[in-house]
Parts: sequence; structure tokens; C-alpha cells
Amino acid sequence: MSATPDLAMPNTRPTPRRRQGVNFEKNSWIFMRASGLILIILVLGHLFIMNILDGGVQRINFAFVAGRWSSPFWQFWDLTMLWLAMLHGTNGLRVIIGDYAKSGKTRFWLRGILYTASAATILLGTLVIFTFDPNLT
Amino acid sequence: MASTGTLYRGGVSMWSWVAHRITGVAVLFFLYVHVLDTALIRVSPDAYDTIIATYKTPIVNLMEVGLVGAVLFHALNGLRVMAVDFWERGPRLQRQMLWVTVGIWLVVMIPGTFYMTKHTIEKMFGAA
Ligand code: HEM
Ligand code: HEM
Repeated sequence: MSATPDLAMPNTRPTPRRRQGVNFEKNSWIFMRASGLILIILVLGHLFIMNILDGGVQRINFAFVAGRWSSPFWQFWDLTMLWLAMLHGTNGLRVIIGDYAKSGKTRFWLRGILYTASAATILLGTLVIFTFDPNLT
Repeated sequence: MASTGTLYRGGVSMWSWVAHRITGVAVLFFLYVHVLDTALIRVSPDAYDTIIATYKTPIVNLMEVGLVGAVLFHALNGLRVMAVDFWERGPRLQRQMLWVTVGIWLVVMIPGTFYMTKHTIEKMFGAA
């Protein structure tokens, strides 16, 4: 491969070449695309419901969420969206850190902070969906 | 060529890549905050309604338009990136697809902004 490959979109991550065995970077590349496709429906749907559909953001309150989370469908929607968006975004930022943090030490710490924040957020969001109590006062 | 490094080449394809990167990180940072604000639903109905009330103020309402615009650009451009990767004619049409992306973005955002800010505008300037 030449030093400046003739890529149509040279600024996106190049398609990883085949290597032997399990290749983390290749799996991550596939995951970004597969999760992106599903997130189109989940996130754009969520944004449409929350911001535009009958009254948009003005009608959101505790009772509104209680109504939605009484349905397993929306619980599952939110849970999937939480996990996929967090993993997709975290993996994206992991790659970005790799691009800009050139020293191994900076990279290690930035990624450590990132993984900690994301793991805590995924855990919190999951707990909130599963332990939600509509009768809370 | 490094396996994961990113090359800078200039042109519109670079700017769409910069925008994809910035919108992706911005949405991730919003999501951290958003899971925290949604978690208040486990604290008390009052706590949740109080935080959600900030979403309904004019300035935050405007930021929501920005967030939706960012997500929509990232999603459409993500599709374009995938078309370049997987569609045989994708690499040749990537520039045209960028203009299609911008076009769809405008067609959705213009009425979208209207509906998202309708209530705020009516409250500030009175209903027509
Ligand atoms: C201004 C725009 C937004 C509004 C008004 C909004 C509103 C809400 C509301 C009311 C809930 C409570 C659950 C429900 O009713 O389904 C929720 C949950 C959630 N939203 Fe959003 N949302 C917005 C943007 C986003 C974006 C851009 C994303 C993804 C990147 C997102 C991801 C989520 C997730 C993952 C949950 C579940 C949180 C948890 O597990 O505790 N939201 N959102
Ligand atoms: C709505 C549907 C979405 C689609 C179709 C999509 C698509 C993509 C694709 C294809 C990539 C890989 C680009 C590359 O390898 O060069 C990517 C990167 C990324 N995405 Fe998304 N995405 C979506 C939603 C999200 C959300 C909700 C977040 C935030 C939580 C996010 C954050 C990121 C980040 C931070 C990157 C890394 C950008 C870079 O390396 O320059 N994306 N997205």
C-alpha cells in the first residue's frame, strides 16, 4: 500500500484490512456501522417523539414518563438506545483519543476516564429503567 | 499506513469529517448529562419535573434545536460514510451524496425548527 492511499473519503477510518484471528479494530469498525444503522431509528424516533409529537418537550413530566415506561416496548427501546448509543459514542471517542493523544500515558488516562464515565452511565441508566417506580411521591 | 490513524486531506470531505467528529462527541457529552437528568425520576416526581422545566425555557429550547440538528447531521453523514464503504458506486458519488445530505438536513430542519420552537415563540410574542 502506498503512503497516501487513493481513498475517496480519506478522512474516515479506512476499511481495516484482513488479518489473522480476531481483530479488535475490525470488529469495532463493523460495530460502529451496525450500531449506527439501528441508532438512526432509535434516536431519530426518540427525538421526534420527545420534541415534535403532540406538544413536544412542553408536555414532558413525571406522569408522561410513567405512562411510557408502563409499556415494555418503550422500556426495551430506551434500554437498547442507552446501550448502543453509549457504546457507539464511547468507541468513537476512544478512536479520537488515539488520534490526538500521542503519548501512551495520556492515552491511557484519557481512555480510563472515558471508560469509567461510560460504564457508570450505562449502569445508572439501566438501573433507572429496571427500578422505576410509578407510585413514587 | 497506520491501521487506525486518520489522514488529513482537505476539501469538503475533510469538513464533513470534522463536523461528523464534533457532532458525535457533542451528542455523547449530552447523553452523559441526559442519563443523569433522567435518573432524577428515581428521586421524586418533583425533582424530575424541576429539571425537565429547564428543557422548556427559551434558551434551552434553542439548544435542543441545535442538538437535533447535530444528531441529524451525524446520522445522515454516517449513512453517507457507510455508502462509500459498502456501495460500489459510493466512492465516486461521495461528493454528490454530501450535497444530498445537506439538502435532506435543510428539508427536515426548517419545519422541525418551526414545530420545536412554536410554543416558545407563542409564549414570547403571543399567539397569532
Ligand atoms: C432534547 C432532546 C431530548 C429530549 C426532550 C429527551 C427526552 C427524554 C425523556 C422524557 C426520557 C425518559 C424516558 C422516556 O420517556 O422514554 C428520555 C430517556 C432517554 N433518552 Fe432522551 N431526550 C432527548 C434527546 C436524546 C438523545 C439525543 C439521545 C441519544 C443520543 C437520548 C437518549 C435517551 C436514553 C438512552 C434514555 C433512557 C435513559 C435511562 O435509561 O435512564 N435522548 N429522554
Ligand atoms: C443516529 C445514528 C448514527 C449513525 C448512522 C452514526 C454513524 C457513525 C459512523 C458510521 C461512524 C464511523 C465513522 C468512521 O469510522 O469514520 C460514527 C462515528 C462516531 N459516532 Fe456515530 N452514528 C450515529 C449516532 C451517534 C450517537 C447517538 C453518538 C453519541 C452518543 C455518536 C457518536 C459518534 C462518535 C463520537 C464517533 C467517532 C467519530 C470519529 O471517529 O471521527 N454517533 N458514527
